[in-house]
Amino acid sequence: MNLASLVRELNLGVRCCHDKLDREVEGGYVGDLLSDIIANSKKGDLWITRQSHQNIVAVASLREHAGIVLALGREPDEDTLEKATRESVPILVTDLPGFEIAGKIYEIITGQ
Amino acid sequence: MNTTYKKSLAVEGGNFDNAGMASIEIKKILKDLNIHDDILRKTAIAVYESELNIISYARNGRINLIVDDNEISIDVQDEGPGIEDIELAMQPGYSTATEHIRQMGFGAGMGLYNIKSCSDRFEISSTVNVGTHLKIIINRGNNL
Repeated sequence: MNLASLVRELNLGVRCCHDKLDREVEGGYVGDLLSDIIANSKKGDLWITRQSHQNIVAVASLREHAGIVLALGREPDEDTLEKATRESVPILVTDLPGFEIAGKIYEIITGQ
Repeated sequence: MNTTYKKSLAVEGGNFDNAGMASIEIKKILKDLNIHDDILRKTAIAVYESELNIISYARNGRINLIVDDNEISIDVQDEGPGIEDIELAMQPGYSTATEHIRQMGFGAGMGLYNIKSCSDRFEISSTVNVGTHLKIIINRGNNL
């Protein structure tokens, strides 16, 4: 399942890197503690968080995440978007809370 | 053939605007050197946590990377408050982070613990009001 399909099915907003949505989503990780994300998430994960500041970009880039989903109507800061564009990290947004969007993404990518 | 790659990067304390950028640069270097994914992951985590420690707590610091055929060596030195009780600081969950640092999702007290977990050899020394020195070695295994 690639990002573009998830964006379509879940009506996610795309805030940058429209040209990177062909990326495969291999799994997901939910969290706001950056030490937890950097240590325990995996390459190809879609990271769901409510952190919207620019430091999320380095974490996603270092772990080679498929992208980041900002939950609960959070919008990325301007410098977050600049960095994300530079590092090719797609930033997606949803009004749903983290729990709900994680459940929906899980259902789709595991086919359950 | 014995080849060695060296790189030294300065990190400014308190500057969260560029947090993680030194780590990204080091990861790109290692990728270009065709370092195996699993070794790359461990190095990225160790370097990121080291970089964030400098930014969160020190005035300034430096990350020195040396890669040879056998291992990746990361030497991190900072000028700052130092660590009074290293044993306590190594415990997962222990943190002296300010509220501001925590609000950004840092300061969970996992930094030094994560670094040690990713290292094949790890040494830490610190002098209060002078600074902290980390020596991190990650073996390349048979990935030459």
